[in-house]
Amino acid sequence: MNLLVAQAQQIEAPEIHYGAIAPVLVVLGAACVSVLLEALLPKHQRWAVQLVLSLVTLVGATGALILYATSDRPEQGVATLAGAIAVDSPSLFLWATLLVLAFGSILLIADRSVEPGGAFVAQAAIRPGTVQDRAQATKTGMQTEVFPLTLFALGGMMTFVASNDLLTMFIALEVLSLPLYLLCGLARRRRLLSQEAAVKYFLLGAFASAFFLYGVALLYGYAGSVKLSAIATAAGGTDRSDTLLFAGFGLLVVGLLFKAAVGPFHAWTPDVYQGAPTPVTAFMAACTKVAAFGGILRVLTVAFENTQWEWRGVLYGVAVVSMVIGAILGLTQTDVKRMIAYSSVAHAGFLLIGSIALTPDGEGVSATMFYLLVYGFTTIAAFGIISLVRNSDGEATHLSQWAGLAKRSPIVAAVFTFLLLALAGIPMTSGFIGKFVVFSAAIDAGLAPLVVIALVASAVAAFFYLRVIVLMYFSDPAPDGPTVTVPGAFTTIAITLGAVVTLVLGLWPTFVLDWAGTGTFLS
Amino acid sequence: MTWVLIALLVVPLVGALVVAFLRKDDRKAKLVALAFSLVELVLAGLLWFAYDPDGDRLQLAAGVDWIPAFGVRLQFGIDGIALVMIAVIALLIPLVIGAGWTEKLPAGRSQGGYLALILVQEAVTVAVFAATDVFLFYVLFEVMLIPMYFLIGGYGGARRQYAAVKFFLYSFLGGLIMLASAIGAYAMASDELGKGTFDWATLVTVVRDADPTTQTWLFLGFFLAFAIKAPLVPFHTWLPDAAAEAPIGVTVIVVGILDKVGTFGMLRYLLPMFPEASKNLAPYILVLAVAGVLYGSLLATGQRDMKRFLAYVSIAHFGFIALGIFAFTSQAGVGSVSYMLNHSISTGMLILVIGMVIARGGSSQISDYGGMSKVAPLLAGMLLLSGLTTLSLPGTNSFVSEFLVLIGSFPTQPVYTVLATIGMVLAALYVLWLYQRMMTGPLRGDALVGAAAGPGAVGDPERKTAIGDLNKREIAVLAPLVVIVLALGFYPQPVLDVITPTVGATLTEVGVTDPVSVQEGK
Repeated sequence: MNLLVAQAQQIEAPEIHYGAIAPVLVVLGAACVSVLLEALLPKHQRWAVQLVLSLVTLVGATGALILYATSDRPEQGVATLAGAIAVDSPSLFLWATLLVLAFGSILLIADRSVEPGGAFVAQAAIRPGTVQDRAQATKTGMQTEVFPLTLFALGGMMTFVASNDLLTMFIALEVLSLPLYLLCGLARRRRLLSQEAAVKYFLLGAFASAFFLYGVALLYGYAGSVKLSAIATAAGGTDRSDTLLFAGFGLLVVGLLFKAAVGPFHAWTPDVYQGAPTPVTAFMAACTKVAAFGGILRVLTVAFENTQWEWRGVLYGVAVVSMVIGAILGLTQTDVKRMIAYSSVAHAGFLLIGSIALTPDGEGVSATMFYLLVYGFTTIAAFGIISLVRNSDGEATHLSQWAGLAKRSPIVAAVFTFLLLALAGIPMTSGFIGKFVVFSAAIDAGLAPLVVIALVASAVAAFFYLRVIVLMYFSDPAPDGPTVTVPGAFTTIAITLGAVVTLVLGLWPTFVLDWAGTGTFLS
Repeated sequence: MTWVLIALLVVPLVGALVVAFLRKDDRKAKLVALAFSLVELVLAGLLWFAYDPDGDRLQLAAGVDWIPAFGVRLQFGIDGIALVMIAVIALLIPLVIGAGWTEKLPAGRSQGGYLALILVQEAVTVAVFAATDVFLFYVLFEVMLIPMYFLIGGYGGARRQYAAVKFFLYSFLGGLIMLASAIGAYAMASDELGKGTFDWATLVTVVRDADPTTQTWLFLGFFLAFAIKAPLVPFHTWLPDAAAEAPIGVTVIVVGILDKVGTFGMLRYLLPMFPEASKNLAPYILVLAVAGVLYGSLLATGQRDMKRFLAYVSIAHFGFIALGIFAFTSQAGVGSVSYMLNHSISTGMLILVIGMVIARGGSSQISDYGGMSKVAPLLAGMLLLSGLTTLSLPGTNSFVSEFLVLIGSFPTQPVYTVLATIGMVLAALYVLWLYQRMMTGPLRGDALVGAAAGPGAVGDPERKTAIGDLNKREIAVLAPLVVIVLALGFYPQPVLDVITPTVGATLTEVGVTDPVSVQEGK
């Protein structure tokens, strides 16, 4: 007993840089407050209060981030909380990206003008198809728990990209995933599809987490530590078993690639994108992608850079598979949300190219981060537009229903065309600059053949974007076609934000490019 | 005088913006668009005088930084070849607007939207020829597709959706592969100079000394883009569809102007940047060129649709141009560049005349017409003249170019030149046969007499009211082209003076000198 007390007295509390991790603390703290509000406030007040709280949180966290980023901070970054969290330049860039993208997503989530009462169901626990379900379909309330859930997911994502050891990373992965599983099942319309999406995402996600955890265990067995830098040190010239290292790496990466929706680990993506409420799809497509690739970049760069010649070929193949699956299967889709889902698989392949282009000056990292930022904005705006095109059953996502849209709503069609061109990577959009920086980093890293494959895949993928443009502009509208809802302020702001950023970064990308390239990961 | 070049880029864009707001009033939109295109023509004339043929390689240069992180600049400047191309764009656009004055657009489309797209197309195309930063060139090369995509897809014929997407995807793919090569060149420059740049003149000095394997790969990337654009057989299949489905004015722009970006790119980018690869791969390209001449000529002879006929004629002509470029003699080079100009003028004229025929008959099938010279003698004469300049009759502008290409290519490439000469014979066949079927003999054909008298009826030459001859507007559109065709046919020197130094500089960059026989011939 005495011994234990003596030992306990020797343990020092780890030093905490509160300034550095303030953005994460703000978001997670607000999420807890948000849960309490949910319990204490009467139902009719919740939406307004939760919305204000969420937006204030995001602004506050961004403020804290700017304050820290502009302060006199160490150039290479700091590791805090006993080295569990690394706050370096890439962390700050990814945090800022996540916060701004989450801002757009929250606006879409909060909107109640497009669908009366919002895109979320009033009581998720009621079984679909029952009398109670039909009764609640006419009500306009919504489950305001979406706000704390979103904030928790965001907090998890921010922790994920800054995790400096694999165990923290796993916890963060769960914190970001669990709310997302729930959010997927909350759609007001097509409840069964939505619940199916949630279950599918949860089951496959649980498997992926198990893979990840198994990989962590093997790597711990190899290196004797879960710290990323310790794994790098252990891998640098020892006679330990390579089997443990690469088996661990493989399992770990499978978990990460699953979250990032990289083919062939993409099977959940189309179903979940289609079934989830569109604002949640936007949030997932933009922010989860950022978080997952942020984690991939950090793991590959910090822990596995000096063994890259062993694993590069594998990820090379994965990138090719992902691009091919995304581009080819995207051609056959007839649902616009599934089409964007396959497009995201193809984009994940492009992002993976940037992630494995590990050059000493960190060009690949900054290029990938820039790509994530621009892709996120374009995607949020695109899903914002998709939520506007509706008929009596809710969103009209079947492509044939989009025929002749330009005649009815020229502005919506023009904006969507612009966003599709950005996704295709046509010059003068941010999507092109993103592709350009990623591909030039890859050519620098000696991945020229991969770049050529990627370019061909882009051309194939361009076909399905063009097909939508053809439908909207050059086809005659169907007589019973969908109407375009005039969006309220929230959705309008979100779409405008996404489209303007897509345009501005297509013409003047320098500012963000410089910022993305300011520093490398702390190792 | 740098402002002239900048003004050339800005004026059509401003015009497009103004016209886009006149979608309610078709007549006003047409007048404003015509006015802007005429201002552009005047500016192009000023540019011609501002250019000094014996001056620097690139003149009237102007630019600002765009993306400093990658050394990308918005950098413009012209050489003799670019000048000629810009001039011919500025010449053709007002004629296109004039020729389409009374054309009916598909239901629900306004002249304002159509003309705005045409003016945007003009601005972007001028910019493509004026860009001297490789990145900027690529960007414009792809952006150029967007207005054309909407012009074909929004205003074209029955299969317009298919044609528009095919056009876009072919060029987009070619452009992307070119982008990979451009990034490769950029990476070489950043290795060698310590700082990456896309500046054309700097890249030329860096890349031209690359080892042959690298050079070949980079060359192929650029070549694919240009071969699709030009188009060379077997990368040509988008052109007949695009030309056939596009409205007639847009066909003029596609065939007469956009395609030249391909051959322009060969001269500006392929030869100077990759001299060794150009020389090594020239035999293969010459095969494609001659194949294009023969294949295009034969298929043109067999076409039933006039617009597809035009596309195959152009494919044959692009074979000649590519032959001249890759023969590596100054005569052939000058011939090719002047061919680029003259092809725009003579094919442009032929398309406009055929457009006038189609406007009367409402069909683009050759078999729907016959004996038209009885009712429209002036129109028939114009078709004959534009046909003769297309087949390069001496005394017309194209003769000079075709002759220069053949005589210049013969010393270095006798076999290919002789084979290409067969194309000249076939040209006489397809042009004169077209004229014979449509214009001579008794008045016949569904388009001319079918509607009035039922199928198979022999027409009445007195029914001139239904099928009229050229009106004043059409004469005003064709007159400048007639003058230019004949003037350049008899006195091509002003154009050749502008082109020759640039072609000479290009060949010096490749590092070839003319064979003795050519030098003596001078």
